Amino acid sequence: MPTVVTRILLSLLLLLSLAAHAGDAQDFVTANPAKQASLLERWSAAPDAARLPLLEALQQGRVAADSAKTAFIETAGNYQAAEGEAQPLDTPKKLRLNNRLRGLIATAVASHQLLVDDPVLRLAAAQQLQKSAKPAQLQLLNAQVASETDDAVRDALTLALANLQLVDSDLAVRLAAVRLLGETGDPLARTRLETLLDPAVESDPTVRTAAETSLAQVKRKLLIGELLGQAFSGLSLGSILLLAALGLAITFGLLGVINMAHGEMLMLGAYSTYMVQVLFQRFAPEALALYPLVALPVAFFVTAAIGMALERTVIRHLYGRPLETLLATWGISLILIQLVRVIFGAQNVEVANPYWLSGGIQVLPNLVLPYNRIVIIGFALFVVVLTWLLLNKTRLGLNVRAVTQNRNMAACCGVPTGRVDMLAFGLGSGIAGLGGVALSQIGNVGPDLGQSYIIDSFLVVVLGGVGQLAGSVMAAFGLGIANKILEPQIGAVLGKILILALIILFIQKRPQGLFALKGRVID
Amino acid sequence: MTMPMNQTLLARASAKLGPQASMAIGLLVLAVLLAMPLLHLLPADNALHVSAYSLTLVGKILCYCIVALALDLVWGYAGLLSLGHGLFFALGGYAMGMYLMREAAGDGLPAFMSFLAWTELPWYWYGTSNFLWALCLVVLAPGLLALVFGFFAFRSRIKGVYFSIMTQALTFAGMLLFFRNETGFGGNNGFTNFRTILGFDITSAHTRAVLFLATVVLLVASLYLGWRLARSKFGRVLTALRDAENRLMFCGYDPRGYKLFIWVLSAVLCGLAGALYVPQVGIINPSEMSPTNSIEAAVWVALGGRGTLIGPLLGAGLVNGMKSWFTVAFPEYWLFALGFLFIVVTLFLPKGVIGLLRRKSS
Amino acid sequence: MRATPVPEFMLEPAYDPSGSGRDPIGAGALASKGLNVRHGTILTLEDINVSFDGFKALTNLTLYIGVGELRCIIGPNGAGKTTMMDVITGKTRPDNGVAYFGETLDLTQMSEVEIAQSGIGRKFQKPTVFEALSVFENLELAQKTNKSVWASLRAKLTGEQKDRIDDVLQTIKLDASRQRPAGLLSHGQKQFLEIGMLLVQDPQLLLLDEPVAGMTDAETEFTAELFKSLARKHSLMVVEHDMGFVGSIADHVTVLHQGSVLAEGSLEQVQADERVIEVYLGR
Repeated sequence: MPTVVTRILLSLLLLLSLAAHAGDAQDFVTANPAKQASLLERWSAAPDAARLPLLEALQQGRVAADSAKTAFIETAGNYQAAEGEAQPLDTPKKLRLNNRLRGLIATAVASHQLLVDDPVLRLAAAQQLQKSAKPAQLQLLNAQVASETDDAVRDALTLALANLQLVDSDLAVRLAAVRLLGETGDPLARTRLETLLDPAVESDPTVRTAAETSLAQVKRKLLIGELLGQAFSGLSLGSILLLAALGLAITFGLLGVINMAHGEMLMLGAYSTYMVQVLFQRFAPEALALYPLVALPVAFFVTAAIGMALERTVIRHLYGRPLETLLATWGISLILIQLVRVIFGAQNVEVANPYWLSGGIQVLPNLVLPYNRIVIIGFALFVVVLTWLLLNKTRLGLNVRAVTQNRNMAACCGVPTGRVDMLAFGLGSGIAGLGGVALSQIGNVGPDLGQSYIIDSFLVVVLGGVGQLAGSVMAAFGLGIANKILEPQIGAVLGKILILALIILFIQKRPQGLFALKGRVID
Repeated sequence: MTMPMNQTLLARASAKLGPQASMAIGLLVLAVLLAMPLLHLLPADNALHVSAYSLTLVGKILCYCIVALALDLVWGYAGLLSLGHGLFFALGGYAMGMYLMREAAGDGLPAFMSFLAWTELPWYWYGTSNFLWALCLVVLAPGLLALVFGFFAFRSRIKGVYFSIMTQALTFAGMLLFFRNETGFGGNNGFTNFRTILGFDITSAHTRAVLFLATVVLLVASLYLGWRLARSKFGRVLTALRDAENRLMFCGYDPRGYKLFIWVLSAVLCGLAGALYVPQVGIINPSEMSPTNSIEAAVWVALGGRGTLIGPLLGAGLVNGMKSWFTVAFPEYWLFALGFLFIVVTLFLPKGVIGLLRRKSS
Repeated sequence: MRATPVPEFMLEPAYDPSGSGRDPIGAGALASKGLNVRHGTILTLEDINVSFDGFKALTNLTLYIGVGELRCIIGPNGAGKTTMMDVITGKTRPDNGVAYFGETLDLTQMSEVEIAQSGIGRKFQKPTVFEALSVFENLELAQKTNKSVWASLRAKLTGEQKDRIDDVLQTIKLDASRQRPAGLLSHGQKQFLEIGMLLVQDPQLLLLDEPVAGMTDAETEFTAELFKSLARKHSLMVVEHDMGFVGSIADHVTVLHQGSVLAEGSLEQVQADERVIEVYLGR
């Protein structure tokens, strides 16, 4: 944050000092697109720290011109002359830029940022230049590599330089550049190296061989990145399935209730998140970033309360009649969906990630792990642990297990079975609500949200074995990863069908699921 | 002493309701159904004319009645609640739909394939321009799918809610497959814009009347088939299977064969119903396979009364009649009504409307 | 290696006119009906082991039932009686061991249905009848006949079959309620109906799990007579806790304990056995 402020201050100072000559901004505004491009290229090759604010303004689309073609920079609705003290004659019009110019601007900004003091910015700039450096910048890069003090930045710059050196006239330099590129795992390096294999492009056979070796290296690294990426999205899908199925594992596995309205509990959890977000926007916009944390308990209690109400009014009359429960809860789900449609409209509502959930970590050049997915994987595991503790270490859990195993006996021992049923059902629904909060951060929130998860979550529970938390966890992650591995091979739809077939075949072998308890069968 | 032992639940029902009364009502309904297509042929200004809309609506509901009956055979008698019967219905419909598409396209490829710039018919659609082969497909496609799925499901003794969930997943998978454009099933839009069937204009009053009559005939035939089955020892074995499968096995019956037989039969009936549905309604698309549709069929059966033969027909008629009225009068509230129906039926009408009538009369 | 010493008399073939024990000269041939029982043994269980997740339900269980024999099995709860029946009927697969019906039918390789069709009938601990069907229909389904799908589709009762069902209805005293749905019968009546279903099924070996639970004294007495009359024509294996009942029917009793045979012999013999007393009365 402070860097932004200082940069703005700096830029203001610079603007004042630059007022004297006609100025870059004025040049740029008056030029035609072709001229603008060559201007940008020239600036990229010879960066000047004073030009950075202008370039940044260009990058953010804040540069405008009035009818007299005087350049202005817009800041929060106010137009300030880019150079000098001029006042706009009329409302200045924003400059229109094409994609080529935008790319050139990005390159120019990067080469200017090489000059700033902040090493983080410099590193980002160097990485940008790896992608887009132009031959004209060769000299600049050479100079920067020589003068750079930060190791990471220097390495990044060396790579950027290597990209340019691939067409160097000096054979040794080319060779070194090719070898250097082999150490990266950048998809761009692959295309660059691939062109080198062509004798028409690269005449020297030693360089071509080196390029081949380097290419193999790069491909291997890319493959690792891809596999890790698949594994990660598998884990991510698995964690989502887990959140969706965990509540079901309780209501179905422990109470034997088929709750087809379970998906709607997810949906209601997501809508609770939306409501919390709206309330924050209205009453506490400064704390908006914290809304998901507040949404968690809200969603839990809202869905748990709805779940308990359903249990007391409908489901309790249907214990021991699973097929009827299935139909009745399907009816409930229809009503809930339509209710949400009537209240919030049939369209998706917008739930935005707070800043700490947007973006991601760049682990490899072709692998970005989004923060929201990482947080959700962690959150899913956290919920599993919490559920396990609740079921195995608390009085409620003991009661639930007792009622599950022998309802009459538990009643005789003074366990209030009705209350236990209600609480267990509330717990299952509440967990679904928590899942809804998580889903709202990665997908669309609409009335049909739950429908898309219900079948998958049932498959997780069936595959995992009824009443087995460990089984559900394994099944969720197994299904998630299998889905993501199959998807690129045979497409999402066939993948899903194949998985269904596999589950059916699997049940042939182990009808009771992954983690079934064997025992004497009594009739 | 031998006669009463053949009593089925239906026979018991009619015995209480009075066999004459229920027979009379049945014949009356049949007479009305047979008269409808004839009345449709009357000129439009005649007071007794039945409009194309009404005829199509009733024809559609009759197709649903067959589905309900088929579902009841597996659910009411054998205790297997299928949530995937929409898939079999749609498969039959698609097979017939393809025939109609080929008929409409003449020698060329059906329109949706031309849009995709396909030059050749996918192998599974070979021969569909032949009406008889299309009819074979109508039976084979749902029948074989049911056979394979049922074989594996019954072999591993999947039953109860597990079976329901697996069938639901099955129809869901089918829907995803048919939604794709590249699978050759017309994608999102499905098959529509039919022109002729066996050379007759599909929108003409006569064709409509014949299709309607065919539906009535199929319904009556399925009803008779169901009645014969329910009266036979086979029907009693199914009932026994529903209530005490293990006991039945220790009596020396292999439940797999029994389940598979009724399951495949039911799927084929659905396919036939779908094949009659498509030319009457004029469209088939993947939404017919959505889990929602299949589970709705379960509520028809539950509302009417499962384990009876008349109940499902009654249920399908009531729910679909209500649906047509609601979607015109209060479209917003239909889902509420349907949802409440699910709950009310399961909570208060475990034996359906038939059960209610029976209690009243006794 | 066997956990329990096998009693002498089980290893020595001996002529036994009462039909209990082994029957080398074929006195029980009457009950065999086509089954190969050359050595007079209808059921052979040797070294059967069954464990459920580490818990050993049956440990090296070895047991022989002779043709036409009426054997009672007693034992405290958890001794493995029902598990043994599950093994014989194919419901539970043993981890290892030998289970033969007659001389040639390997029970461990057969499905439940095949076992039932080959001639082993079972009555469950909890009476299970087809509740939605009438008493007559229950017997009709149980009757020995072709039980394939096609046969059922076209089945019609012959006069002979009807007579047989009528006979059994008389025997189990349910003639008056032949048209009642079985679900409406009393507990004792259901027990009798299930026994009747076994009778029409006409198996060579009957496994009866607590057949007299919930019966009045008169009914128990009647059942005892019925079973005695069944023996010789059929082989019976009866699990029962009611010692009075056991005493009234069995001359041969096997005591199970912790999944293997603890003692075997006449009721007096096993009742005098110190290990049996210890197991039943505790230390």
